[in-house]
Amino acid sequence: MSKELIRLRNLCMVYDDEPVLNDINLYINDKEFLTLLGPSGCGKTTTLRIIGGFATPTSGDVLFDGVRINDVPPYQRQINTVFQKYALFPHLNVYENIAFGLRMQKRPDPSDPTGRKKVKIPEEEIHQRVMEMLEVISLKGFEHRKPDALSGGQQQRVAIARALVNRPKVLLLDEPLGALDLKLRKDMQIELKRIQQQVGITFIYVTHDQEEALTMSDTIVVMDKGSIQQIGTPEDIYNEPKNAFVADFIGESNIIDGIMVRDKLVQMYGRQFPCLDGGFDENEPVDVVIRPEDIDIVPVEQGQLVGTVTNVTFKGMQYDIIVDFRGFKWLIQTTDHSPVGARIGIKIDPDGIHVMKKSKYSGMFGDYSSFSEEYDELDDASLAPDEEESGDEE
Amino acid sequence: MNKNNSFLNRLFMVLVFVFLYAPIFLLIIFSFNAGNSNTVWKGFSLDWYQKLLRDRLIIQSVYTTLLVSLLSTAIATVAGTFAAIGFYAMRRKVREPLMTVNNIPMMNADIVTGVSLCLLFVAFFNGWGTFAAWFNSLGLFRLPTRLTMGFGTLLIAHITFNIPYVILSVGPKLRQMDKNLVDAAMDLGCTWMQAFWKVILPEIKPGIVSGALTAFTMSIDDFVISYFTAGSSASTLAMTIYGMTKKRVTPEINAISTLLFVTVLILLAIVNIREARQERLREKRLV
Repeated sequence: MSKELIRLRNLCMVYDDEPVLNDINLYINDKEFLTLLGPSGCGKTTTLRIIGGFATPTSGDVLFDGVRINDVPPYQRQINTVFQKYALFPHLNVYENIAFGLRMQKRPDPSDPTGRKKVKIPEEEIHQRVMEMLEVISLKGFEHRKPDALSGGQQQRVAIARALVNRPKVLLLDEPLGALDLKLRKDMQIELKRIQQQVGITFIYVTHDQEEALTMSDTIVVMDKGSIQQIGTPEDIYNEPKNAFVADFIGESNIIDGIMVRDKLVQMYGRQFPCLDGGFDENEPVDVVIRPEDIDIVPVEQGQLVGTVTNVTFKGMQYDIIVDFRGFKWLIQTTDHSPVGARIGIKIDPDGIHVMKKSKYSGMFGDYSSFSEEYDELDDASLAPDEEESGDEE
Repeated sequence: MNKNNSFLNRLFMVLVFVFLYAPIFLLIIFSFNAGNSNTVWKGFSLDWYQKLLRDRLIIQSVYTTLLVSLLSTAIATVAGTFAAIGFYAMRRKVREPLMTVNNIPMMNADIVTGVSLCLLFVAFFNGWGTFAAWFNSLGLFRLPTRLTMGFGTLLIAHITFNIPYVILSVGPKLRQMDKNLVDAAMDLGCTWMQAFWKVILPEIKPGIVSGALTAFTMSIDDFVISYFTAGSSASTLAMTIYGMTKKRVTPEINAISTLLFVTVLILLAIVNIREARQERLREKRLV
């Protein structure tokens, strides 16, 4: 699990004088499930295409097993890709689609002692490996179907089988679940994770869906505007976001201006709150992240802060309520109902407070004044196909 | 819409069709006329068709026409397909002006294309004469000093006006293709050329066939451009018919024109049926 397989060193990419990637540095371990996560246009697909060999970085190196592979064409890399919208060959049936890569392969002839003669993979072996893959993706009996006679989820699985049958060391997946409906997407997330564990290879996964990333990944790389914002495990990213962008992109966050009075004590709204963070200068201005589920509603007289409820949405498991604290609106998730207009107090435990250094993202996120729009935007983002970095397509 | 109006509508449509097709209809009928007349019906016969088959001039020009059409179609199809792929790979800013340039020859009056090609050939032959004279003076081996227009120039002219039709018919197929297909093929071990044969070609084949059929049709019934580029040694069927009409429009011309008309009609029907069927297939795929 700890052996390094791929390293990106000072990777930069410029398209039409527009910087797409800025100094990307990243290493990826063998058998790791790594997710590149970010909004449209953040450079995640470009990074994936560079690893796959479909794009050449403007500067910087791609190392595979310690060897520089910048100039190695895609067909010579031990990497296979599952493309957005699958890119199955429409004129070939399921069997031939999966067998495609094997038919292209040549390997040293075992009967030739010099090892220089190359032979194709024998038909029996191709058949056996294709059938094996059909088993893995539970599509036995579909060999003779054409791709357009399959559902989206089935096409998806054929695309995965077509890549995996070549036994690559790394599988790249470019928003593979983007075209599926919500229910199927959830099933496929589990399915993908299962396949990854079964075949035991590295998966590099690109998505803009934070929930997908949290569910499946060993490591998440959060990207924005061509730069890496944070690298970490799902828990790290969620609990210890590095800046306001990451805090806002992963889950819901209230982000409040604060001042770090001293270690383990932060001041917001002129009041001091005990917290667990340290390592800041005395009285350094900071961003404070408070997750909506870490806030307890208490009677007004016991509250650390007192605000007015301005909006209540029933979400099934909990209520999403918007509370106005002196003009700054917070999102609070609670199981207790509070009516609109009610004055409530809140209490935040020290471990519910996360303090971040100020960044260029400070002040851009974390206010729920435009609550309903923000929710709409999130829904749209998960449905819209990601058209980023597609060059100049129509 | 009232009844009166709809009657007028229909009448208008009938008139349009009469004006469009009556001459051709007349021509076809009189090609089966027993007599020598183009105005008086004297009974049914196939005499004129039999006479055609014995006319060496006509047989020769049918042969020329078929040869130039087949060759120019084959060459234009290959060149046009690769040109279309080149266009497809270009950035839009470059591609769109170039596509306009590609479309102009199709809109351009045939006579302008014909005359300009003719001028080009003449200019080239002049230059060639000077070059060949100089080269021969070196004494390595002899080049012909005098080139004239003939089958070669006719073929080049046909290739020239056929290429845009192929590009126009292959281009949309490329754009309909999933842009990741080539990447996918290369990801699975293909070089670009292998990806072209194994993935691109099967995808755009319908467009290539339609383009080739259109080009062939254009070649077979072209008169104006051929007239200016064939010189005196080669003559296509359309040119021969034109030459025959200089004397007198005989029923033999009716017969050969009928055959030409039917050939082109069949080709166009094939092109259209293919396109309609692909459209249906594509809709099915989208559903």
